[in-house]
Amino acid sequence: MLIFTLKRLASLGLSLIAASVAIFFVVEIIPGDPARLMLGINATQDAVDALRSQMGLDQGLLARYWLWVSGLVRGDFGVSYTYHVPVAEMVQGRVWVSLPLALYALLLSTAIAFPIGILAAAKRGSWADWLVMGGTQLGVAIPNFWFAMLMVSILAIKYGLFSAGGFPGWEDPLAAMKALTLPAVVLALPQASILARVMRSSLLDTLSEDFMRTARAKGRSARGAMVHHALRNAMIPVLTIIGLQFSFLLAGAIIIEKIFFLPGLGSMIFTAITQRDLIVVESVVMLLVFAVILVTFLVDITYAMVDPRLRRRA
Amino acid sequence: MKRAFRIPGFSIGFVLAFTFAAAAVLSYFWTPFTVDGVDIVNKLHTPDATNWFGTDQFGRDIFSMIMIGARTSIAVAIVAVGIGVLLGVPLGLAAAARKGALLDEVIMRGNDLIFAFPALLIAILITAVFGPSAVNAIIAIGIFNIPVFARLSRGGALSLWTRDFVLAARVAGKSRLRISFEHILPNITNLLIVQGTIQFSLGILAEAALSYIGLGAQPPIPSWGRMLADSQTMVSFAPHLALFPGLAIVLTVLGLNLMGDALRDLFDPKLRRGRR
Repeated sequence: MLIFTLKRLASLGLSLIAASVAIFFVVEIIPGDPARLMLGINATQDAVDALRSQMGLDQGLLARYWLWVSGLVRGDFGVSYTYHVPVAEMVQGRVWVSLPLALYALLLSTAIAFPIGILAAAKRGSWADWLVMGGTQLGVAIPNFWFAMLMVSILAIKYGLFSAGGFPGWEDPLAAMKALTLPAVVLALPQASILARVMRSSLLDTLSEDFMRTARAKGRSARGAMVHHALRNAMIPVLTIIGLQFSFLLAGAIIIEKIFFLPGLGSMIFTAITQRDLIVVESVVMLLVFAVILVTFLVDITYAMVDPRLRRRA
Repeated sequence: MKRAFRIPGFSIGFVLAFTFAAAAVLSYFWTPFTVDGVDIVNKLHTPDATNWFGTDQFGRDIFSMIMIGARTSIAVAIVAVGIGVLLGVPLGLAAAARKGALLDEVIMRGNDLIFAFPALLIAILITAVFGPSAVNAIIAIGIFNIPVFARLSRGGALSLWTRDFVLAARVAGKSRLRISFEHILPNITNLLIVQGTIQFSLGILAEAALSYIGLGAQPPIPSWGRMLADSQTMVSFAPHLALFPGLAIVLTVLGLNLMGDALRDLFDPKLRRGRR
């Protein structure tokens, strides 16, 4: 287990390095001089040059890369070109919108997908199965921003059940949760559809295994066999998808955050791109990629703990 | 093909997808109205006998716009899938042919790396760097199709490399490259078709999302995503503006997914046995 963890840890480190190089060079291509941008068009060349050297922009590509990465490791994300405040501060304020939103959506997605996925597999071929398969097929096909528009115009504007957008802050947790509910539902719907389908097909695979027949033959009830034997074995693909979904939800919420005017990481990065605030773009993309790679790593480790066979294979 | 149509899902999916593809082709020759002019007198009509889906804030016929929008969606998705297949499949085949070697390792780690990037984020980044346009949307979506097809073809190819007919070909002195293209590739076509259908539908969703936030096809090219974005402020008094483009996206994606699922069932004998 130790060797497995170390191996995975090494590959985690390599992925992070590769990702940082990729992000740095993509952002480097973006035309425009950040120093000129910060000071405006009326600034003298001397002032621009001074700021360039203060920001380290006059150094070579490699030196700047090193400056950026070593800063990231120390938790120093640089200073925003547009707002002149440390990026780390900006991120801190927003991560408490994006992270709860992603977790909320993930919770909803799992809470919806598990029961209906299990129901569909247990009652295979029944009308319930057909309903679940049809409903999830539709859930995957509906673009979430369109669904968000419809929900806002019906539930928020017409009936006033939810707020149409904005975020009141965590001082009032109930109001905050209420503001996140509609975005979370919108985000969760397609994910729940995918997860329910994976749950169903994984369970169906497991249900046809020999050990399931043995379990029934030794007198387990259908329900008992399902709960004690099938579910555990069907969890591996389901866990994979949940891991992927968390990263997707954390980073993929950009459009949804925009629709609901939520001050999260997604809307921050979107604004930063339009304002050419490259240091914010670089650092936040890196942070999100780090989150994705970390979650993948944790999922891998969890597997190995659940299923010893996987340790040897890696 | 005949067998495919016996699966109800495939027939429904085919009809849906074919309808939109036909609408896209037809729009080059004929639309009920032209959409490049402004006709303020007829703005925001609700659906009626003349304007089947109503008109927008400039008096343009929404039915005609959806027909032309289908072109954008389908073209972007097809080219994006094409990029994924043309680059991803050779990479996957090469990785499988040299399983365990450095080449395999490099290709697969590269794949993992692309997968680690949140797709939408990178698409936004790419369009931000190179400017919003349909072409950049295609590139952005296409890049994420590469690892999908690379992984799929490597997986499919690996199991084929252990088969006797491949061994026979090797004994006959064929190079790994020739075996990959003459024996492996034809045998993974089914897999590629199924995945292609799914990626096609994902491409349509992605194009709609990018256009919705203003990073896809630019005006005056009609696109479903941008029609939705334009309608956003008017949903409360003109819901038909948001309804029809949204339905167009849902039905096209639904159709493609139904086809993909039916084809997978058909091609996978294990699943087929399970159906009975």
